[in-house]
Amino acid sequence: MAKLNVNPTRMELTNLKRKLVTARRGHKLLKDKRDELMRQFLELVRENKALRKKVEEGISNANAHMSVARSVMSDASLDVALMMPMQEMSLEIEEKNVMSVLVPEFKTQFKTADANDIYSYGYAFTSCDLDDAVESLSAIMPDMLRLAEVEKSCQLMATEIEKTRRRVNALEYVMIPQYEETIKYITMKLDENERSTTTRIMKVKDMMLEQAHHYSEK
Amino acid sequence: MYKIAAMGDKDSIYGFASLGLTIYPVEDAQEAVHILRNIVDSGYAVVYITELLASQLSTELEKYKALPLPAIVPIPGVKGNTGIGMASVSKFVEQAVGSDILSNE
Repeated sequence: MAKLNVNPTRMELTNLKRKLVTARRGHKLLKDKRDELMRQFLELVRENKALRKKVEEGISNANAHMSVARSVMSDASLDVALMMPMQEMSLEIEEKNVMSVLVPEFKTQFKTADANDIYSYGYAFTSCDLDDAVESLSAIMPDMLRLAEVEKSCQLMATEIEKTRRRVNALEYVMIPQYEETIKYITMKLDENERSTTTRIMKVKDMMLEQAHHYSEK
Repeated sequence: MYKIAAMGDKDSIYGFASLGLTIYPVEDAQEAVHILRNIVDSGYAVVYITELLASQLSTELEKYKALPLPAIVPIPGVKGNTGIGMASVSKFVEQAVGSDILSNE
C-alpha cells in the first residue's frame, strides 16, 4: 500500500497517530454495526421469503375465484358490485430505528367500525364466487401489509449494509494500512535524521580536535 | 394518514377495491409512470403493483427504492407473472451479503 504524500515531520507524525486511533475506533464501530445489521437483515429476509410465498399463493387463489366470478357474471354487474367500496383502509405510520436505518411500521385503520365490512354489494345479483374471491383477498390482506413493511425494511437495510460494508473495507484495507505505513516511514526518516546528525557531530568534533592538537602530524 | 393503492391490469386488482384500497387500473406502461408519480405525491404508503407492470416500470421503480415511503410491492396478477417479486428478495440478499446465500432454503 502506498504511503501518503506528507512531509516527514514530528507534527505530521502526531497528527497521523491521532488519525490512526480514530480510524481504528471507527472501523470497530462500523464493523459492529455491519454485523448487527446483517443479523437482523437475515432474519427479516427469511420472513420476507416466507410471507411472499404465502401472499403469492393467496392472491393466485383469489384470482382463481375472481376468474370464475367473472365468467359467471356479466362484466357490467361485476363492475356495479365493486363500484362503490364500503370499506376504506388507511395506514398510520411509525418509524422504527434499526441501527440508524429508519424502517416504517404500519398500523391499519378502517373507515367503518367492523373490519369485516367488505362486501360492497347485495347478495341477490352476484355470484358466490365473487364472495369467495373477496373473502380470500381479505384473508391475505394482513399478510400483504406485513409483506410491504418487511420488504421495504429489507430494501432499506440492504442498501445500508452495502454502504457500511464498503466503509468497513475502505478503513480496513486502505485507510488503516496507509496510515500505518506512513507512520512507519516518518519514524524511520526521523530516526535516520537523528543518526546522521549524531554522526555529523562526531565528525565535526574529530575535525575540531584535529585542528586544535594536530594528532595526525605527531 | 396514509392510503394504500393497487396498480395493474383491471382483472388482477379489481378485488382489492372492496377491501378499501384505491385501485388504478392501467395497461399502458407510459401512462402507468404518470399515474405512479401522482400516487407517490398524494400520500400513499403502500403501492401494490402487478408483476407484469412492475417489470415494465423497473427503471421508474428504482427511484423509490432508497426512499422510506412508498413501499412498492410487486404481486402476482392474472397473467404475465415474471417471478419478479421473489427475484427482488434474492436481489436484496445479494446486495447485502454479496451472493444469494438463501437461494436454496
